[in-house]
Amino acid sequence: MATYLDFEEPIKELVEQIEQAKQIEEKSKVDVSKTTKALEKKLKEVQTEIYSKLTPWQRVQVSRHPERPYTLSYIKAITNGNFLELHGDRTVKDDKAMVGGFGEIDGKTYMFIGQQKGINTKMRQYRNFGMANPEGYRKALRLMHLAEKFGKPIVTLIDTPGAFPGLEAEERGQGEAIARNLIEMMQLTVPVICIVIGEGASGGALGIGIGDKVLMLENSWYSVISPENCSTILWRTWDFKEKAAEALKLTADDMLKNKLIDGIIKEPIGGAHANPEEMFQTVRKEIVTHIKKLEAVDSEKRIEERINKFCDMGVVVEPKVKAPRKSVAAKAK
Amino acid sequence: METEEQMSWFKRIKEGILTPTKEKKELPEGLWYSCPKCKHVVPNNDHIENQKVCEECGYHERASSEEYFKIIFNDGKYLELDADMTSGDPLKFTDTKKYTDRLKATQKKTKLKDAVRTAVGEIGDNQLVVAAMDFAFIGGSMGSVVGEKIARAIDYSIANNIPFLMISKSGGARMMEAAFSLMQMAKTSAKLSQLSKAKIPYISLLTDPTTGGITASFAMLGDINISEPGALIGFAGPRVVKETIGKDLPKDFQTAEFVLEHGFLDFIVNRKELKQKLIQVLNLFKK
Ligand SMILES: [Zn+2]
Repeated sequence: MATYLDFEEPIKELVEQIEQAKQIEEKSKVDVSKTTKALEKKLKEVQTEIYSKLTPWQRVQVSRHPERPYTLSYIKAITNGNFLELHGDRTVKDDKAMVGGFGEIDGKTYMFIGQQKGINTKMRQYRNFGMANPEGYRKALRLMHLAEKFGKPIVTLIDTPGAFPGLEAEERGQGEAIARNLIEMMQLTVPVICIVIGEGASGGALGIGIGDKVLMLENSWYSVISPENCSTILWRTWDFKEKAAEALKLTADDMLKNKLIDGIIKEPIGGAHANPEEMFQTVRKEIVTHIKKLEAVDSEKRIEERINKFCDMGVVVEPKVKAPRKSVAAKAK
Repeated sequence: METEEQMSWFKRIKEGILTPTKEKKELPEGLWYSCPKCKHVVPNNDHIENQKVCEECGYHERASSEEYFKIIFNDGKYLELDADMTSGDPLKFTDTKKYTDRLKATQKKTKLKDAVRTAVGEIGDNQLVVAAMDFAFIGGSMGSVVGEKIARAIDYSIANNIPFLMISKSGGARMMEAAFSLMQMAKTSAKLSQLSKAKIPYISLLTDPTTGGITASFAMLGDINISEPGALIGFAGPRVVKETIGKDLPKDFQTAEFVLEHGFLDFIVNRKELKQKLIQVLNLFKK
């Protein structure tokens, strides 16, 4: 049974009507293809209509849709099955919430890395709900350095409700693991593309999110905190999650407007879960196009541009006249 | 912060030291410092003179950027960088209060512009660039100003070939700047990668508390990571971790001592020996 979000009710009704029409056709051998076609057209219109004006909170809901494709589905589809998963951080263990490995697109090798959520109750536990431990971030970094060594471009797929806030995660340095990735990713000599495919929650997302191109799927979100937790901290209750989702400006549109990402990848009508195959092909095209452009740039220059991009992020207020740096240095002595 | 007013209090407190407890209680509030750990009571000014370290049990009370500058720089002299930078409100953020109102009120209350101050000065016969956070300013939270000032301080270090000291003291991200706040983790790490490439020493001093996005970026990236006794250091806050595991936490969980034991700090230093230790470290890099 398909799952529908509360605002998808009209879509659900139409899908059911189409199903019924098809069943009638099968039983009674009456030709209802005209009706089905009309209904299907209507379904597209309704999907387009609903998805064209989603509120930020509704997008958060879509980003967590249980049928939304997860990282490994993307990688397997994009590489047409030519994917070799690599395991372990070489220190503590293999983190199942962070996956990675070499994959091929059009005969060219890429390194794919991303958080992995589980597809059912059992797997959700196994994948720790996509919340990586320090080992996950260290495994990701190991694979990035492996890619760098052999000159392979890196693609990271971000989909996490956050880094895992557990006791052992703290003991093994969750903060240090993420911090290490940030500084190391800044200096990677190979091109890096990061794509937020679902949830981009805070440092746990940023920990694999330093790239030459950072892109977001149309119905993903990216911010410093989830709307629920933001609501809890600022209003002392979960009840303001819609308001928090608005205030955080966490949608792809807002993130692009604020120059905090480089681009948006359009989703199929009705969201990625409505047509995963189309979604995979769109993402594949984006990866190939961007990597081609990035590979044409000298690696030193690429690193410099990557660094400058992140350094330009932020809004501060300063008095117009500023003493030049050098003279300040002289005065200090 | 040593105002004339405080100086006159100081004299009266010195006298007060010998008065019996009964009379002490009659003195105005704020004159006495009672250690939250061992309950030892001392005149406030003695406590400040002792760099806010309890003379009985060694408990380190939180100190301000100004207090650290005074401790570290020779004769307490320094040149502040980007002193006038303040926060914008890129998201027009409003929760129970408008962000802009919250900023104004905090600036007025703390006499600070934001949660970090950066300065350059001399320590022993070394130059040092120092960025020190103020917990009093919205919990030391990191927004654009914190990220930008740290980034520029590192630029200053690189341009002038001067070692960099970061004194972290923060609850983490500033929610009212949302993703702008998050990206300051990236910005500061980007600059630190350049500092590292230039082979200029970076000392990170993690003080109470250092959590969240601060721990997950610049605070953990020192060539040398050091802390003060008892400081809370972690990624997730203790309350969140407790909720996650549904059990009580070990007694010393996320203390500097715990973090040292797990391999993420080089050493713990008493604030009263901080300057001397820093000089030792700087000299070792230099020689
Ligand atoms: Zn004490």
